[in-house]
Amino acid sequence: MNILIAILFYAATAIFVIGLMIKIVEFARTPAPLLIPTTPGPTTASGVVFRMFREVVFFESLFKGSLWIWAFGAMFHFGLALVVVRHLRYFVEPVWTWVAILQPFGMYAGFLMVAGLGGLMARRILVERIRYISTPSDHLMLVLLLLIGLTGLGMKFFMHTDIVAVKAFFIGLMCGDIQPLPVHPGLYIHLLSVAVLMIVFPFSKLLHAPGIFFSPTRNQIDNPREKRHIAPWAAALEAKN
Amino acid sequence: MAGPDIKAPAYRTIPIIPALQPDSMAHLKCYVAKENIQEALGFKGKLSDNWQETHDAVIARMGELLKKYRSLRVFMDSCVHCGSCTDKCHNFIGTGDPKNMPVARQDLLRSVYRRYFTVAGKLFPALVGARDLTREVLDEWYNYFWQCTECRRCSVFCPYGIDTAEITMAARELLDFVGYGQKYSNEIIGKVHKIGNNLGLPGPALLDTLQGLEEDVKDETGFDVRFPLDVYGAEVLFVTPSADFFAEPHIESTIGYGKVFHAAGISWTMSTKASEAGNFGMFIGSYDQLRKVAMRVREAALELGVKRIVVGECGHAWRVAYAFWNTLTGIGAGAKDPFAIELQKQLDHRYKQPTHICEFTWDLIQQGRLKFDKEANDHRIITFHDSCNVARGSRMGDYAGGQFEIPRHVIRAVANNFHDMAPETIGEKTFCCGGGGGVLNDELIELRVKGALPRMEALQRVVDDHGVNFMALICAICKAQFSKVVPYYGFKSGMIGGVHQLVSTAIKLGNEQ
Repeated sequence: MNILIAILFYAATAIFVIGLMIKIVEFARTPAPLLIPTTPGPTTASGVVFRMFREVVFFESLFKGSLWIWAFGAMFHFGLALVVVRHLRYFVEPVWTWVAILQPFGMYAGFLMVAGLGGLMARRILVERIRYISTPSDHLMLVLLLLIGLTGLGMKFFMHTDIVAVKAFFIGLMCGDIQPLPVHPGLYIHLLSVAVLMIVFPFSKLLHAPGIFFSPTRNQIDNPREKRHIAPWAAALEAKN
Repeated sequence: MAGPDIKAPAYRTIPIIPALQPDSMAHLKCYVAKENIQEALGFKGKLSDNWQETHDAVIARMGELLKKYRSLRVFMDSCVHCGSCTDKCHNFIGTGDPKNMPVARQDLLRSVYRRYFTVAGKLFPALVGARDLTREVLDEWYNYFWQCTECRRCSVFCPYGIDTAEITMAARELLDFVGYGQKYSNEIIGKVHKIGNNLGLPGPALLDTLQGLEEDVKDETGFDVRFPLDVYGAEVLFVTPSADFFAEPHIESTIGYGKVFHAAGISWTMSTKASEAGNFGMFIGSYDQLRKVAMRVREAALELGVKRIVVGECGHAWRVAYAFWNTLTGIGAGAKDPFAIELQKQLDHRYKQPTHICEFTWDLIQQGRLKFDKEANDHRIITFHDSCNVARGSRMGDYAGGQFEIPRHVIRAVANNFHDMAPETIGEKTFCCGGGGGVLNDELIELRVKGALPRMEALQRVVDDHGVNFMALICAICKAQFSKVVPYYGFKSGMIGGVHQLVSTAIKLGNEQ
């Protein structure tokens, strides 16, 4: 079993990293022939960095669009971010100070994350418009994330597992030395779901994470009159006549 | 013509989101372009009788577009179906048809993308909402991608900046490619290539019209305001949508432009070759057509030896001019390549190239070179409709948001009574007039009337609260669309007009030069 889980995590990590790299390279190498920032937009490069920062950290456009989705989405994403930080302790020894400081917050962040996911799921089921646009995979993605969050919380608060052994497993995994994992159904579901999430990441809508950085309406400088912007394939048209 | 039977939807007392009315607009389909129209633009004449051939061509072309446009590539992959855009489209608000929700419109294409270009869609189509391309799907594309006005309102609210206009443009390019083009847009582009403008007004007729205009203005004001055509060595090349030459209320703004040039004493000319600022190449998503239409302006500028290029009141034309001309034709600054430098060395870079007529007029006002009798506009209580392409696809002045302030500055400089509509319906959140993006045709009148609903609601409020009786615009399509649809909502067509119509009313011609 330990070996199987180890292989699963090696495979999941490989698919996650390589798949994402392929996608990022593809996004980066596809030319953007016209300047299409949604205006009013920043007129300088630093302005674009600031706009992107507001989008990525505060979900500015979503805030303009829908307070409910923004609130649930922010709860989930901030919760997840803190939870991920909290989990760094399973991968580094000694645990970094800043990670140690954030531990107690990470614990509550788990609730925040699950509550946010619950809200998003409720919207997806209850709001007619959002139900209309939802595919089975949209629902399953929420179920998968909820499964991860709930099993995590379950192990923290109800059915503890031997986290020292879990840490030994992951530290060992990182240097190719497979250690035994505690036998614990919650832990198995938790880890299996995380592996599935990593595997589907590069093939699913989770690509919104790298996508936002390449979105021309958000990452372009609004300076078309000051600077000539031309894609290679468009410049080739000029060479013809 | 469907016209008289169409009823405007009722105002929403509280602006709640309409309940879904699936397929309520599925019947609406604009005329398909005939073979000669298609072929004149280098597109396939008509759909092949062999479906498989069309199918393969669409998929192959989609693959090419995905390699050419980062927007399409990133937008296809990034949507999470969050729903933020679902209630933002005027055409959804007006019709309740769920396929007019931006994300659902995108998904008409995205579902096919997933099926043919993603692992998940190839393996588990039902799970991820992927579907095969069938004839029915192609027809659905035609119906619903021609119900998008490419106004970009949805892109403001998308957490990933997904712009449905980009996806609509890609879909229309695919349709054109396999011989399924829209008659209205493609016929117009053909006229530009053949005659020089969207309306097919030939050079002699244009000259005649402008001379008539000079006589009219002379009769009315006593001043020799000129409307010059093809004058070599003029300082300014003025490019405006061809509707400005004779349509109502467009012509009133044209008179205003002439008066501004006259009062400021700046030599200017229009051009037969570039007698069209509009560029429907954008609507159909064809870079090639976009570029060919825009090249006429470059050629005219080079031939006439002008120092400045100024663009008249037109929304999408200003987006193309402001955001795309430098890329397409080198009209702008900062180029390093010989093609663009050829023109840029001729232009006077103390001025923005190109300049919007509102920037031009506001600049003169700030310099004190124009004088107004503001009271002449006192019979008007004015509001201003931000045109979508100006608001979300361009800029005026040196700072972000100048496109909202400068036209308002001009209005306030020439008139005393101005009231803005509700903040969530103007600025970057402005609603489309309902006629942009190539839908300004008779076949789609039902959509045009219904899609105008959110703008009409906002207008009604300022009419009730402030007695507004004039909605000022800087877009030829908005002017034509509103003149046609406001009567359905109980307003008079005459309340629609241009910003330079207001300038025209108030400007003093005698005191300067």
